[in-house]
Amino acid sequence: MSTTVDSAVENTAASRGIFAKFIRRNGWTLGLLGILAVLLVVTKVIQPSYGPAGIQGLAISILPLAFAAVAQTCAVLARGVDLSIGSMMALTSVVAAVLMDERSEGFAILAVFCVLLLGIVLGAVNGALVVFTRVPDIVVTLAMLFVWAGCALLVLGTPGGGSADWLSQVTRGPLLSDWVPKASVLLLVVIGVIWIPIRRSRLGLSLYAVGSDPIAAFRSGVSVTWTKVFSYMLAGLFAALGGLSLTATTGIGTPVPGPYTLLSVAAVVLGGVSLAGGRGGVFGPVVAVVILSLIRTDMTFLNVDTNLATVAQGLILVGVVMVGSFIQLRRER
Amino acid sequence: MTTSSTEYLLEATDVSKRYGAVVALKSASLRVRPGEAHALMGANGAGKSTLVKILTGGVRPDAGVIQVRGSERRAHSPAEARRGGVVSVYQEPALIPDLDIGSNLRLTQTPVEPFRDWAQRLGLGNIDLSAMARELPLASLRLIDLARALAIEPDVLMLDEMTAALPANLTETVLGVVDELRGGKGSIIFISHRMTEIAAVCDRATVLREGETVGVVDVADPDSANRIVELMLGEIVEDLADRDELLTRGGLDPDTAPRLQVRGLASATRLRDVSFDVRPGEVVGLVALEGQGQDELFDILAGSERPASGEILLEGSQVSFRHPADAISEGVVFVPADRAEALLMQRSVRENIALPFSVRPRNWGPVPRSREKPKVDSAIERLQIDTRAQREVRFLSGGNQQKVTIARWVAGGMKTLLCFDPTRGIDIRTKHQIYPLLRELAAAGAAVLLYTSELSEIQLACDRAIVIFNGEIVAEMHVAEADEATLLRAAHNLPSDAALPEEVVAAAHADESPHDEGSAQ
Repeated sequence: MSTTVDSAVENTAASRGIFAKFIRRNGWTLGLLGILAVLLVVTKVIQPSYGPAGIQGLAISILPLAFAAVAQTCAVLARGVDLSIGSMMALTSVVAAVLMDERSEGFAILAVFCVLLLGIVLGAVNGALVVFTRVPDIVVTLAMLFVWAGCALLVLGTPGGGSADWLSQVTRGPLLSDWVPKASVLLLVVIGVIWIPIRRSRLGLSLYAVGSDPIAAFRSGVSVTWTKVFSYMLAGLFAALGGLSLTATTGIGTPVPGPYTLLSVAAVVLGGVSLAGGRGGVFGPVVAVVILSLIRTDMTFLNVDTNLATVAQGLILVGVVMVGSFIQLRRER
Repeated sequence: MTTSSTEYLLEATDVSKRYGAVVALKSASLRVRPGEAHALMGANGAGKSTLVKILTGGVRPDAGVIQVRGSERRAHSPAEARRGGVVSVYQEPALIPDLDIGSNLRLTQTPVEPFRDWAQRLGLGNIDLSAMARELPLASLRLIDLARALAIEPDVLMLDEMTAALPANLTETVLGVVDELRGGKGSIIFISHRMTEIAAVCDRATVLREGETVGVVDVADPDSANRIVELMLGEIVEDLADRDELLTRGGLDPDTAPRLQVRGLASATRLRDVSFDVRPGEVVGLVALEGQGQDELFDILAGSERPASGEILLEGSQVSFRHPADAISEGVVFVPADRAEALLMQRSVRENIALPFSVRPRNWGPVPRSREKPKVDSAIERLQIDTRAQREVRFLSGGNQQKVTIARWVAGGMKTLLCFDPTRGIDIRTKHQIYPLLRELAAAGAAVLLYTSELSEIQLACDRAIVIFNGEIVAEMHVAEADEATLLRAAHNLPSDAALPEEVVAAAHADESPHDEGSAQ
C-alpha cells in the first residue's frame, strides 16, 4: 500500500543502534564534555600546579550557578523564562541564613526543608501569575525579580546570619579520592534525585510536550496551565537549592542578588537547551557552567585583564553556540 | 428529547458561542447515531471549527446541551473530552515533535498493543517506538496520530480535515478505515471539503451556515451533493462560466510579446525542466498534484529561491532575482496561499498595503503619507475590501485578508502577478469575487500566473492551463478544453482518452509512490 512510509519508519529503526541513538540524542552534552576535557588539559598546561585543590575550589564556586542553570532549564524547557532566579536565590539564601543563625544543628535540617518549600512557593507564585494573568513570562518574572529582591532586603538589610556547620561541611573537601570533590557529588546527586524521576514521569513528558508544541500538547490532553505552573515551581525549588548553596559556601546570607539570572540563561543556551522550549536536558547546562567558570579561571592564570576576560566570555558563548548549531544543521541534512 | 437520547450517541442541541460582538455559533445542533460516519459541512466562517472546538472541550459554549449516550457532558479540556470518549485527529498531527513515539503514547495514556495493530492496518509497518516524532515524515505522523486515536476505541472519533494534506494513496487508506468502522459501536464525525470523500464514506451530513444548522442530508440520496452545496451557499447560486464566454477567452493577438518567459527552469529539488510564456492580458492556470514542483517554481519566480538552472526573461531580457525585493521592483509579485506568510497580521490594512513600496533602505526615512494615501485608497476601493474600522488585519475574514494581499500589489503597480492557490480556505462568496478580480487585472494589462488546487476554478478564471507533473510540463491547453476530467487525467500524467475516473485515481496512486519517497527524505 504505502511502501514508502513503511521503509521510512523501518529505516529509522534499523539504521541506528541503541548506542548510536544515545550519542545522537546527547550529542550536545557529549560535545560539551569534550570541550571540558580539552579545557582541563589546557588548564594543566598553563598552570602545572593545578590539581585536586583547584578542582575542589572550582566545584564549590560553581555550585550556586549550577543550581541556577538547572532552575532556568526547568522554566525554559516549558517555553518560559525565569528572570527572578537571582532574586529568589538571594531571598532563600538570607532566609536560610537567618533561620540557621546561632541555632542547633538539628534545627538547621528543619530550616533547609523550610527554605526548599519557600522556593517552591516562590516559583508557584511566579507560575500562577504567568498563567492566570496571561502577562508574558518575561514581564512577570522581571517584575518578580524586583519583588523577591525587595523581600530579601526586608528579611536581612545587610549581609549576615549564619550557616549550620554540617551544611557547610557537605560542600567542602573531597570524597573518597582527592580528585572527587564533595560539592560535585552533592550537585549530581541532588539534581539526579529530583530530575530523573520527573523526567521519567508523565509530568516530565508534559513539561517537554508543552515546551515543544503547546497546541499539540493541549490536544493530547495535557494541562498546559498546570504544567507551566509546575515548571516554575521546579525552577523555584532549584533556585532555593542555589540559595542554600550560597549560604553554605559563604557561611552568611547576602540580600543583594548575584549575577546569576543572566549567567543561568547563558548556561542554558550553551548547554544545548532550546530557548524555544522542549529540547535539551539539565546536565548540559551544568557542564556549561563548569566550562564558563573554567574559562574564567584560565584567563586569570594567563593574567588576562578581567574586563577583557568578560568580553572574551561573551564571544566564546556566541561562538560555541554558533558552531554547535551549524554542526547540528549539517547533521540533520 | 428523552426518546432521542437513546437513539443518538452524541447529541449537541442549540449550541451557541459568541466572542465579544462576534457571533461564532448562533444555534448549532448535531446528532450522531451509533455506528454512523457523519459529515459536518459548512463554508468558511459557518461555525464549523467553533463547534468542533466545543465538542472536543477546547472552548466552552455559552448555551446549549451536549449529550453523550444520553447523559449530559461538560468537557472543559481535551483531556476531559478524551475521557468522555470523544477523540479528534486534526490536519496537523498532535504529536510532540521533541518526544519519541513511545513517550507520545504515554502522554495520552494510549495502550501500545492496540496502537501497533492499528499502525499495521494503516500500512505503517512495525513502528520503532523510540523514534523521535520530528524525525519521521509528516505523512507517517498523521497516520500515527490516527492510530493513536483509534487505539483507545473512542465512542466518537472526530476527523477534522484530516485528509486535507494527505497524499492521495494515504487518504484512500484513511477512508478505508473509516468505512470499516461504520456500523461498529462508535461513530465518526468526518470533516472534509472534498465532496467525493463525503460521498464515499459518510452516511449523513449536517450542514452549518452562518452559525446555524441549516439541514441534515442523507448522503445515500442521489442528489445529496447538490443539496449540500445549496445548503452551504444559501441564497447565492453558483454561476459557472458558460461555454461561449470560455471560447472568447485567450483571444489575445498572437503577436503580443510575452511578459514573462521561463526557459528550462529547474530547482535543486523537484522542479526539473519547465518552459512557458505568460503574456500581458492573460491568466495562465497551473495545475499539478501536491509536490510536483509548483512550490519551487513560484518560489523561484518570486525571488525567494534561486534556480539550479534555466532562465527567466521579463519582456525579453534576462533577469536574476536574489531577493523578493528584486522581483517586486521588476513588477513581479507573489500572492501565497497562506495569508499569514504575506501579511503583517497585527498591523492595519493601510500599513499592509503601503509596506511594499517603502521597504527599500533608501526609503527608510519618513513615510510619505500624502503620496501613499490616494494609492492605498484606490486599491481598497477597487478590491472592495471591508475596512470598517482601521483595524489590524488579523480581524478581517480570510477572504478580505487575501484581498489585502492582492491590493498591496495593485497599489504598487505590479505587472506580473503570481498567485499560489489564492482561494485556499476562503469561503465561496469571496472566491467568486477573487476570480473576476484576476480577470479584471489581466484585462488591465497584467500577466497572471495562477496555481490552483481546485480544478473547477481553472474555467472560472483562466485563458490557458498548463499542467506540471514530476517537475515537467506535461500538457498545455486552451481553457475551453480544460474541463475537470481532462485536467485530472493530465495532472496524473495519463493520456486524455484514459479510462474512467475510478481507474484514473487507482492508476495515479501507483504513480505517486516514487514522489512520496522523495518527500520523505
